[in-house]
Amino acid sequence: NLNVPKARNRKIQMGEFKVHRIRFFDYMPSAIRAMAFSTRTERLALARADGALEIFNFSDNYFQEKVLPGHDGRAVEALCWVGPRLFSAGLNGEITEYDLENLRPRYTVDAYGGPIWTIGVNSQGTLLAVGCEDGTVKMFEVLKERIQFQRNLDRQRGRIISLSWHPSGTLIAAGMMDMIRIFDAETGRATHRLVVDRGAGASKSKEVVVWSIAFLSDYTIISSDSAGKVQIWDGLNGTLIRTHLITKWDVLALSVSQDESSLVAGTSEGTVVQFQFLSSTVDRLDKDWVRTRTFKNHSHDVRALAHTETAVVSGGMDTQLVVRPLLDKVEKNTRESAIRKVSFPHRSLVCCAKKAGVLLFQFPDHLELWRLGESDGYGKPGGSLPVKRGPEKLIQLKRKGEDHICCSALSPCGGWLAYSTVTSFRLYRLLNGSISICKVSKLPKDLRPAHQLCFSTDSSKLFASSSNSSVVVVALNEPECKYLGTLKAKYGCRQPVHLLSASENGKWLATANTDCEVHVYNLDKLKLHCTVPVYGSCPTAMAIHPTTSNLVVVHADQQIFEYSLVKKEYTEWSRRLQKQGLHSLWLERDTPITHVTFNPKNPAHIIVQDLFMFCIIDKSLPLPEAKNVLYNQMTLRSLPEPDRVLHSHGFKICKDFQHLLCVSLLEDHSLVVVERPLLDIVSQLPAPVRQKKFAT
Amino acid sequence: MVEHGDIRVVRRGGSKINFRHGFRPTMLLLCASGHSVKVFSTSTEECVHELRGHTDLVTGVVVKPSNHLQAYSCSLDGTIRLWDFTDGILIKTYDIGYSIYSIHTSAFHKGVVFTVTSTIKSFQLVAVHLPQSGDQLVKAPELSAVISDVSSNPGAIVFGRGGEYIASANGLHLEVFFFKKQKTYRFFLKKDTKTGGKNTFMCVAAHPKDDCIATGHEDGKIRLWRNFNHQKEYTYSTLHWHSNAVSSMCFTPEGTNLLSGGVESVLVQWRYNDVSQRDFLPRLGAAITHIAVSPDGALSCTSHSDNKITIIQGIKVSAVLQGLVTGDVETDLMVDPRSKALVLNGKPGHLQFYSLKRDKLLYNLDIVQQEYIHELGLQQFKVVKVAFDASGNWMATVEERKQKDAEQELNLKLWAFDEQTQSFVLNTTVADPHESRITAMCFCQAAASQTTMLISASEDGHFKAWQLHDGPSCLCDFVGAYRGLVPHCCCFSADGSLLAVSFQEVVTVWSPASWELLATLSQPPKAIRNLCFGRLSCSKYLLGTTDDHLLCCWNLLTCSLEWSTSMDISLLLGDPLTENIAAFCCHAGSTDLFVFKPSEPRPVFSLKAVCSGKVTHAVFAPREEMLESCEESSQWLNHSQLYFLTQCMDLMTFTTKAEEEKLMASSKQLLIDDSVAMTPFYLLLGKHRKGESGAAASGESAGRPPLPQGSGAVKELLRTPAHVLPSTSFLCSMFVKSLLVSVGDASEESKPAEEEMESEKEEEDSEGDMESSASRPERGSLARRSAEPAAPPLTKAQLRELRRVKKLDHSWLTGLLRS
Repeated sequence: NLNVPKARNRKIQMGEFKVHRIRFFDYMPSAIRAMAFSTRTERLALARADGALEIFNFSDNYFQEKVLPGHDGRAVEALCWVGPRLFSAGLNGEITEYDLENLRPRYTVDAYGGPIWTIGVNSQGTLLAVGCEDGTVKMFEVLKERIQFQRNLDRQRGRIISLSWHPSGTLIAAGMMDMIRIFDAETGRATHRLVVDRGAGASKSKEVVVWSIAFLSDYTIISSDSAGKVQIWDGLNGTLIRTHLITKWDVLALSVSQDESSLVAGTSEGTVVQFQFLSSTVDRLDKDWVRTRTFKNHSHDVRALAHTETAVVSGGMDTQLVVRPLLDKVEKNTRESAIRKVSFPHRSLVCCAKKAGVLLFQFPDHLELWRLGESDGYGKPGGSLPVKRGPEKLIQLKRKGEDHICCSALSPCGGWLAYSTVTSFRLYRLLNGSISICKVSKLPKDLRPAHQLCFSTDSSKLFASSSNSSVVVVALNEPECKYLGTLKAKYGCRQPVHLLSASENGKWLATANTDCEVHVYNLDKLKLHCTVPVYGSCPTAMAIHPTTSNLVVVHADQQIFEYSLVKKEYTEWSRRLQKQGLHSLWLERDTPITHVTFNPKNPAHIIVQDLFMFCIIDKSLPLPEAKNVLYNQMTLRSLPEPDRVLHSHGFKICKDFQHLLCVSLLEDHSLVVVERPLLDIVSQLPAPVRQKKFAT
Repeated sequence: MVEHGDIRVVRRGGSKINFRHGFRPTMLLLCASGHSVKVFSTSTEECVHELRGHTDLVTGVVVKPSNHLQAYSCSLDGTIRLWDFTDGILIKTYDIGYSIYSIHTSAFHKGVVFTVTSTIKSFQLVAVHLPQSGDQLVKAPELSAVISDVSSNPGAIVFGRGGEYIASANGLHLEVFFFKKQKTYRFFLKKDTKTGGKNTFMCVAAHPKDDCIATGHEDGKIRLWRNFNHQKEYTYSTLHWHSNAVSSMCFTPEGTNLLSGGVESVLVQWRYNDVSQRDFLPRLGAAITHIAVSPDGALSCTSHSDNKITIIQGIKVSAVLQGLVTGDVETDLMVDPRSKALVLNGKPGHLQFYSLKRDKLLYNLDIVQQEYIHELGLQQFKVVKVAFDASGNWMATVEERKQKDAEQELNLKLWAFDEQTQSFVLNTTVADPHESRITAMCFCQAAASQTTMLISASEDGHFKAWQLHDGPSCLCDFVGAYRGLVPHCCCFSADGSLLAVSFQEVVTVWSPASWELLATLSQPPKAIRNLCFGRLSCSKYLLGTTDDHLLCCWNLLTCSLEWSTSMDISLLLGDPLTENIAAFCCHAGSTDLFVFKPSEPRPVFSLKAVCSGKVTHAVFAPREEMLESCEESSQWLNHSQLYFLTQCMDLMTFTTKAEEEKLMASSKQLLIDDSVAMTPFYLLLGKHRKGESGAAASGESAGRPPLPQGSGAVKELLRTPAHVLPSTSFLCSMFVKSLLVSVGDASEESKPAEEEMESEKEEEDSEGDMESSASRPERGSLARRSAEPAAPPLTKAQLRELRRVKKLDHSWLTGLLRS
């Protein structure tokens, strides 16, 4: 009875809470275009079709550390790590290096060769090669602060779609239309021309595109093309060794493992095919590339692939990032062996004005302001209530300029709205019950583009995090806004702040940055109050308790800490929790907690939420024992009374709502639940390639 | 098999071809068949030899890796036998002492065979060290377990590249044992995948050159395992074409192709190097159960669930060996009065006509005339009843299809014999002849009547009489019922004047002429199971069996019970040519046979424990020539032969001792030399040619003595390699001596010949020669006899000398010098 898809805002009586169940947030993630994995830093850079870049930290539970918002003119086609530096190239013909501390492009260099299809760096990290539409491979020297054009390799007819450096740095293989060229990187001469067969039948007349290429250290070249082939070539002699026909459609991506014993190929059918370099018999040394496993985790084109040491990471048109562990490399039945899918950002895109009952939805190119519906009926737990007044969309605010929105905030009273892009910051005043909007034009100079925004609970102050982990505090007054000061932690802290949380009483402000540091500032003195001991995992959500002033921090590895700001130490409960350890089922969840709130009625309650559940942590109840079964509330309710007492524990998990983007408690003690079902996203995707299914 | 006096139960009818087969290079195919191994010629499709000797089901045959002219066979009787299969000779018997379920050999392991034996809970693979000894019967005491918990399916165990490892798949795990390292690797799969795959292993095959194991699974997937010498870094790729379980797989000897088959009855050939390319051989007729490939890779063969072997050359069928199709037999066994062929369910939707005399399938008659879909779990039309009239002009069939939700579909078809095509042609189809299942159907067997009458009884409580005319018409003549009871059996008396129909516990007797209910015979509470009229002198008796184990005999003249006895009879059968009635009596898990005359109190013949399980199908087949057996106990077999199907669908019959001897004698004659396959054509021509040569010899014998080609010494001389022969000058005298006309007495001549007959194996050729000469036409042998004194064979001493010379190789010189 909970699932009536047409009702866009419904109220559900749920035991203790009235729930607003919201499904009108039409958030649509963008398709994945390119990927680059840095083994050194264990970070994956991912480019989406709208130009946005995301950095995932694989060593920290696959947490999405940083998001660089997109740009209208930028279509990233290829990504490349040079040490800790990240470069991208796109169809706009430019090479961009990114400033990962300020989450914005650092500079852009035009290659003057038309659209760029591919980018590659030699293993020494000194030269960047880009493949251009006009058939040239251009070499750029990587300098300390910038890159400089060095020279062109022999110009070919036709575009350069893919390229790969030989690990020695002396040869470059470039995939083109109908052929592969091998260049001598020193002289710039083309040494070999490998002709790639076209597809059979009707596609004979169509040029075959070498979508991806890999040059291995034993001078083997692996190519994948639009005729569905993965071909293995001898790069020294320029001869074809083996052809594997793996699909009827295109093979779009290739990725080779670091030790060159395994490679994966992604196809338009959404499959990822693994090849392994195996010896044909046990005692012989000569090896061969053999097709082994096939993974099907995507419904659409697999555009980008990365082969890490233990997993295959794939992404494509269906917007999901899939981390598929290789079971021969990890222990079975552990946290590492579970498949992970990242479908939504690991941060909140929804802002809820608790007092006004207004929701702010953040899209890359606009903001939406909605007023919640109302209901006055009473129903039984689990049932749905009649809606008296439906939800209404108050404002749709389009961004100005080409840069996408990076962060946004709505004040709790519903009177102020702020958003920021990488180049500009805007503040609006909402009047007449949030119906009319006017821009606040006079802004203090110090208020520069921000990474994260937050209003104080009484809506009198705005906090905006900016470069070097600093936070700008602005007092909001009707005619003009006054700059109050900048909160700075200490010298040398450069990572961006991604979480801001102000206390209810207006005294504290907690910030967390991607270096895992959590600072707490005293807002009365505008000074650093204390620093929470650094924990090895990045904070994903935090909040300050309104009455006890305890800071609750949840980390990417699912650990929960409670820190007393008054005593400047971990609380008794937090110590107890650490001592006993969290339940393994809790630790094995694969989405991070994105929101922490408190129940004002019961100070012992902490409400946390991730994509698949929300949980009320009751600090007064015993913690679940690691060896016991973690009963959910549904099962507990069905147990007889004595058993229920025996099995009840402090983690009350509710999985009634799926694909949660926000759970928030309003002032009238009703719960706002924002859902975005995956099916809705899948239904908006373009049709996949047609495949013959057996018995159809 | 059970011995009883001089009557034996023997298997007939190309009994089930089970399990695997071994190939000898493109020539012969070995297959385990019932209690024996059959050797087929792949080119002529004829059975060349039948290797008899096992006393229980033969479970496996493999060619001996070190000698490709010998083969091992294993059986549930706990022995392994070594055969020379080109000559059909048993060489050795190894007694293991445990039932053997499959046998595996490899060239890597000399003197060791691997067998699967049963333990208390499961099966285990044991290595059997075959002792080297000259005895015929050897006990093999050395057993060592290799892998425990294996599958009894011979296709689930395979030797890998060169015999270095052995792979066994059972249930959900694959086990690979490396002999060199003495190490086992186990790989487990989950039972079911989320997408509905069923991962249970069905069969396994190993690549002959690469370290690659192919496993077939229940959901039709094939996995190619590699790197399985690592517990963790193993890997596999998946191929999927089959929609049902893969039942057998085999790599070609070069390793270029992988063959797989299953219920779909399509042979799939996968290229090992490019698995996206595959070839198909569809429409093989029935589910594939086993696949084997000849050592040179030229031929492959598939055995099918309908008792058939298809020999495939390339990807084309080159020959089909078809035995008696024994699927689930729903019809009774019938004998076609015209062709004297046994008629029963054949291929799905077909009736097979099986010649009992030639032990060969004649043809399959399509009854249902609908496409059969090879898929598990489909309900399709089945032929459930068949009946012939006395002259063989008419045949009636009933087919039915019971679907879960839909109503039952029922067709009665009448077939008329067409003289021109010499087969049955569909005459009439009656759709839904009854409202419910037909329980019994019989023709009026009286020869005198003009029209043919067919009775069908059904569960709807009626029996119907159908009048058959020559034209395409069929009339329902009468519908009978009795108190709304369900009729179960119906039976005509021999002269057609009476019809007995049993309605549950009541037997009603009707007059077909007037459709008058003449009498009702009823018997205490239980329903009637079988009905049978007596014949000839006993035609006044009607016999019936009931569910409460009672055999009753009514006298129709007095309409009273003549006698009754308590027996659990599963089948009652009357011999159409004599008064004898056969009763199969199920007792304590096995079946006893009684043959009796209704008028006599003592059974003519009885045999305890004919076979295990219940016999539900049997038939009396009239003999073509009457047997003249004087012994009392076998007289009942004089006019007709009794065939029956056991529960495991083996067709059995009873033979007398005299008959068997005759059979053995004729099979002795079939010993032929191994260069030419044995075919009827060959027998005809070969005999003729021999006769000719004999005649020519006799013509020549008058003029000059014939060349001593048949002489053993010369043969020996020609056969011995030149480099081990003594010098020509030495041999010359011996050779010339052999050409001389002997003056010794006749007794000296005959002695070596006799001794040759019983000498060791090495002289088999000459023995064969002697035997074949015995079977020559009289004229030839006469000529030979007259010629013999002219060309005497070497004396025994000379022969021995020559053989010694050949054997000693190098030491011969010194021996000669000394002499």
